[in-house]
Amino acid sequence: MSAAPLPVSQVALNVFSALLEARTGQRIASYRSWRIDTALKPLLRTHGLDTLDQLVTLLLDGNDPRIGDQIVDALLNQETSFFRDAPIFDLVVEAVAGVEAAGRRPRIWCAGCSTGQEPLSLAILFAERVDTGGTMPEIVATDVSDAAVARTRAGRFNQFEIQRGLPIRRMMRWFDADGDDWVAKPELTRSVAVRRQNLVSDRPPAGAFDLVLCRNVLLYLSTEAKAEVFERFATAIRPGGTLVLGAGETVIGQTRLFEPSRTLRGFYDRVAVPAVQRRVA
Amino acid sequence: MKTCLVVDDSKVIRKVARHILETLDFTVTEACDGREALEACLVSAPDVILLDWNMPVMSGMDFLRALRESAIPSRPKVVFCTTENGMAYIRAAIEAGADEYVMKPFDRDTLESKLQIVGMA
Repeated sequence: MSAAPLPVSQVALNVFSALLEARTGQRIASYRSWRIDTALKPLLRTHGLDTLDQLVTLLLDGNDPRIGDQIVDALLNQETSFFRDAPIFDLVVEAVAGVEAAGRRPRIWCAGCSTGQEPLSLAILFAERVDTGGTMPEIVATDVSDAAVARTRAGRFNQFEIQRGLPIRRMMRWFDADGDDWVAKPELTRSVAVRRQNLVSDRPPAGAFDLVLCRNVLLYLSTEAKAEVFERFATAIRPGGTLVLGAGETVIGQTRLFEPSRTLRGFYDRVAVPAVQRRVA
Repeated sequence: MKTCLVVDDSKVIRKVARHILETLDFTVTEACDGREALEACLVSAPDVILLDWNMPVMSGMDFLRALRESAIPSRPKVVFCTTENGMAYIRAAIEAGADEYVMKPFDRDTLESKLQIVGMA
């Protein structure tokens, strides 16, 4: 059997790219089109198909409404790990310390949570602080993929996933073995509210957030979609609240609704409304 | 450069681990069992030890206990790397002084991640 990549016809590339953008706002850059072949191969096997053009035909037939969801789930980049970019997590604690000090329970939104490692890392970190008098924040996690949402809710990880970024002592404390998988203890999964949400087209979760993490998501969006998402974040984050982006992402030159934090590198402060109005005017 | 002693009775595992570790800028030495590893540590202790559990002559657990009771002035980080993936084994290893635990099979990401956790990558 040959391991050579399947040829991706321009028609198939266009259809899959358009489907992904329509459903999620995400774009597949032409230099990443090779990913389509790799990402969709398992789906071809599931449906007994040989080529991506056959998958296009199946999609356009419209007889199975699940096909579109399955293609989108497969194309989304779900790369994540526990405590990814570990120093960020301590800075998150620092960023919401003022909220705790004011006697409020912090509210944190993990936007684009993928398979759940980020919100569960936060839950672990804050739960361990509860032992020494810290406050457990309200953590809301969202993703556009139904499959990712289901996985986040389940808190189930295979051996490779559980070992990436998670110190062994934390795994011992917060996860139980179940066959070859490791499953987050109920007290951990209970502390994260998980919902499906499209960042570009759906309203943010209700209520004002003190901090929103949206890491390594915006880089896949068009300029217009990014602007839309920044608007939505601005409505979701209370004035003075914080937005955290991925290492390769920034608000600079993208929006005036946020500005780099003066104290926490890589964090962005929600600009107070009067200041926004002044700048827009 | 940081140094890593790979202790495993499988030549294949030592070769794979060496390859990954060298791409992470480690200087790698090898031992086939716990006794050979202990002798190597008494001569020159590495920064980190990647340690199999089941080996002839001296097991990884016996080596770890001997290492932690030895007069070696430095305290090398010990990362167990084994097919013994049950919670009881993991707990026993940590209680005996292991710093981290890799469940085989492993890949580059797993090993790099665990070395980062113990401050070695």
